[in-house]
Formats: sequence, structure tokens, C-alpha cells
Amino acid sequence: MKIVVCVKQVAMLGDEVEFTPDGRGVDPDYLEHALNEWDSYATEEALRIREAAGGGEVVVVSAGDEDAEDAMRRCLAMGADRGVRIAGDGIPAGDPITTARALAEVVRGEGADLVLCGVQSSDAVQGATGTALAELLGLPRVAVVKKIEYDHAARKAVVHRELEGGLVDVNEVETPAVITIQTGINEPRYATLRAIKQAEQKEIEVVEPGQLGPPAASVRRMFVPPRGEGAELLGDDAAGVAQRIKQIVEERLR
Amino acid sequence: MGGTLVVAEHVRGQLRDVTKELVTAAAELGDGPVTIAVIARDPGPLAAAANVPGVDEVVAVAVDADGFSADTALAAIEQLVSEREPSVVLTGFTVDAMGFAPALAARIDLGFASDVVAVRRDGGALVVERDFYGAKVRAELEFPGHDRVLLMLRPTVWAPAEGTGSATVSQLSVASESRSRHLEYVEAGGEGDVDITKADFLLSIGRGVGEKDSITRFEELATAMGATLGVSRPLVDAGWMPAARQVGQSGKTVKPKVYLAFGISGAVQHLAGMKTSGTIIAVNTDPEAAIFGVAHYGAVCDIFDVAEELEKLY
Repeated sequence: MKIVVCVKQVAMLGDEVEFTPDGRGVDPDYLEHALNEWDSYATEEALRIREAAGGGEVVVVSAGDEDAEDAMRRCLAMGADRGVRIAGDGIPAGDPITTARALAEVVRGEGADLVLCGVQSSDAVQGATGTALAELLGLPRVAVVKKIEYDHAARKAVVHRELEGGLVDVNEVETPAVITIQTGINEPRYATLRAIKQAEQKEIEVVEPGQLGPPAASVRRMFVPPRGEGAELLGDDAAGVAQRIKQIVEERLR
Repeated sequence: MGGTLVVAEHVRGQLRDVTKELVTAAAELGDGPVTIAVIARDPGPLAAAANVPGVDEVVAVAVDADGFSADTALAAIEQLVSEREPSVVLTGFTVDAMGFAPALAARIDLGFASDVVAVRRDGGALVVERDFYGAKVRAELEFPGHDRVLLMLRPTVWAPAEGTGSATVSQLSVASESRSRHLEYVEAGGEGDVDITKADFLLSIGRGVGEKDSITRFEELATAMGATLGVSRPLVDAGWMPAARQVGQSGKTVKPKVYLAFGISGAVQHLAGMKTSGTIIAVNTDPEAAIFGVAHYGAVCDIFDVAEELEKLY
């Protein structure tokens, strides 16, 4: 059994921001990086399915520059077997369709029984890559899943789609399939120091993307969004704040 | 051809609010006639509900699938797009649409953007806005080389189109194979007796509480203050609190008279579930927290210090 997990090294912005000279992106000096939170749940889920089956391979695939290997190493340290990175320097930001095209060739070549992706990435929040990838692979797909019961022998899975408003839609889906994983589906394990060291020895193959075609969208400019009126501040003295909260609550509930 | 195709969304026989928000956005864009597609086994009643001002045509698409099927939705919309040739296709940025909209964009090479918060024409070119990097940065996107663009719009940004419209209603039947099937709906659960949507006063806590053991303290404070305890998503994901307590898009949408938020930074999905509350008070150590953008009153303070002072007052 083989499970492919698609992961992303996401970028986070601190309190300050500067834009690149062309105004279309954020100056990389202002960004910090980490494994996308959703992808750590997807990796954990793949490891659990492998463990329940008593064997198999978990392959981590990412489209990104060399830094993305940090995120992949995290997944390898959690227990994934190997990685494939698609050199992603040419993949435009804000274009999950092109990202999916870059991933598709590699994922197709792996011939996986299941493909897991995070629902979305914390930096772009498009919620689109996994579903677009499924289409390019010709596979069925289920988005925003909180529970998987995978039946390898029957080549199907019962999945819980997390709808809005606290409703869960239980579906049966044929596999291979692409399933996008929601946070909270499991508790991602911490990698031990030893596992982190061992992960350094695991293989990450680097491949060049094929022809990606024109982007589905291009960033024209980035800017800091205007802030609203903002809240009336209650001060920074805890006792005074508590007094004011009590007063406001009593007024409003009267 | 041109025009805008809106994909209606429904669950358990009810049209979802986001559908009428999409109609408002379509009318605002003013890109020719607005067609709305309602895809269901029995689309008749839903098609009637989707006939709101701003819609020129409702297409009732009958399909052979119960509940939602991504394959079926994809086949139906692909057929409609090839027949009607709209310049813009609108869906909600929702769980159902996440199952088919990006696939359609990949299949027929559409321009694409999701979680869109603004849409306009600049000259002839379509320009949309969406957030990046935890909503600290906003971007304008364009779609060079694409005559047709699919946009997933963020719920609760546009006001829903209300009232009864005078659209023509047409029928369409789409046959397709579905590789998934709906089995049943279940409520994400726990604590069935608590209905946080009924509370006048919600005291909600988030990641800022730090650890599970701190929750009891805020539970007791809520009780002392006469409030119902709500939580943000991370506390449910961690397994510390039941989903019934969760405020936000994937939890409950609430509108209490007073919403008091402790240690909640204000993810988009959380704000969507509480921003229409009567009075919002937020306490957070991060002055940049997005919750202060919707709060009426704010304090940049340690939540435990404020809790301690409130305990003395109640």
C-alpha cells in the first residue's frame, strides 16, 4: 500500500511588512517558514493508515524551492518514508491550479492507493490544490475530511466531510482518491530528536516540473488592507478593564 | 456570450444563505445576465427559493444523486458552462464547492481564485481581491489569457439578495456517474443539551488559554457572569472541548447581545460566525489580532489578569 501526502512549506508574516519592488509580493526577508498546519494532520493520518495496515509506504511530495525541504524533513521525521520535491521556483504565488499541475505528474508516477492533502495552506487559504490535483489525476476526491475509514481490500473509504454549521456528511468514496484533511482529524505526533536525525538520511528526490501552462491567476499588486474603525480601547490595566467589561455587559443585557 | 453563472448551494433541502450573497455579488459585478444553477435530485422547490431579485434565469438541474456529489456537481456545471458560455462562474468558498470548483478550473482551464472578498471590472479586465499571510496582506489578482474565470467568494461578505424575483425557470437533466455516494448526515457532536446560538451572553475562549487545565477557570467565570461558554476551533481540534461549543463557520454562527472573547485572535472562519453579535468585547495580548477589527471594545491585556479581576467582581 502506498500513500502520497502533498505538503507545503508555508510563509508567515510578523508585525511588519515590506513589499518587493514590483509590488506583487512580500519581501522574503519579512517571512518565516513552517510546515503547513493542515499538512501535519494529513501526514499523521497517512502514518496511522499505514500503521493500521501493518505496512506500506508514505511518500511526501512538495512543490517548492529548496527551503521547502525543511517542511518535508518534518514529515520524514514524523515517519514518512521518502520525499519528492518538484523544484517550484516557477510556480506563481496565489495559483493553486498551477501548483496542482506541478504536483500531478509526480503523484501520477507514484501510483498511490490514497493521496492526502491538507484542506488549505495557512498563507494562501485557497482550499483548491487537492481538488484540482484529483481532477488532473482523474481520481475521485473528497474535500474537508474529519474522519477516514479506509478499506484497502475493497478499494473504498468511508469519509466524514465536515460541513459548515457543525454538520457532518458521511460519504463512501472509491479509491484511489484524493482526500483533503481538516485540522482536528487526529493529533499529529511530535518527532523525537532521534527521528529528526534519522530523517536527515532519508531520500528527497528533486525533479523539474513539466510544462505548466499559463497561470490561472496573477498577482497584480499587494497591499496592507485598510483597517476598520477598530475597537474602543479599554486601557491596559487589568482591574480597570474588568470594571469596564462588567459595566458594558450590564448595560447591554439590561 | 458573457453573463454570470451562480452555483446555488443547499443542504438537507434548504437553500444556503451564501447562495443569495453570490447573487448580490453577481448583480454588483454587472457582467450581463445572471443565471443560477440549482443542482439536486428534486430541484423544484430549491429553484423557487433561488428566484430572488437580480437573477435572470434559474436552471433547475435534475441529477441522480442524493445529498451532494462532487462528480455530479462537476458534470452539471461543466455542461452549463459549455452551453451558456458565462464569463464568470461564482460559487461560495464552502466545503461543497471545494469539492468541485477547483476541479472544474483545472478541467476546462478557467481563471481561478478562491476566498475572494471583492470583485470588479477594471476597463475590461476582471480584478478580484483576496487575503494572504493570515489576512495581514491583501492582493489584487488578474486573469490574463482567461476569457472565463471561476471565483469562490468568501461567505458573509456580500449582503444576501432578499425578496421574490421574476426570473424565468428552465429545466435541465444531467446524467453522470458518481464515484462517491452520500450515506448519512450526523451532527458533530457532544453536549447535545448546549445550544450556544440561544445565549444572550457568550464568553468565548481560544488558543490564548494555552492549556486544557485553564478551561475550567473560564467555565467557572462564565457561570459567575451569567454567560454561556463558547470556544474557537483550536480548542475543539485539540479535543479539549466538544464541537457543540464551537463558534465559527464550521461550528455555530452566533449573534448574542454580548460576545466576550478571551485569547481569540480572530481567524476569518471565526469572525464569520460571530461578527454580527450586538456588542463584541475582545481581550488579547496581540494588538494586531484580527478580532480587534470587528470588536466594539478591546483590551490588549493578559487574559488571566483580566479573568482574575473579573473573578473579584462576580
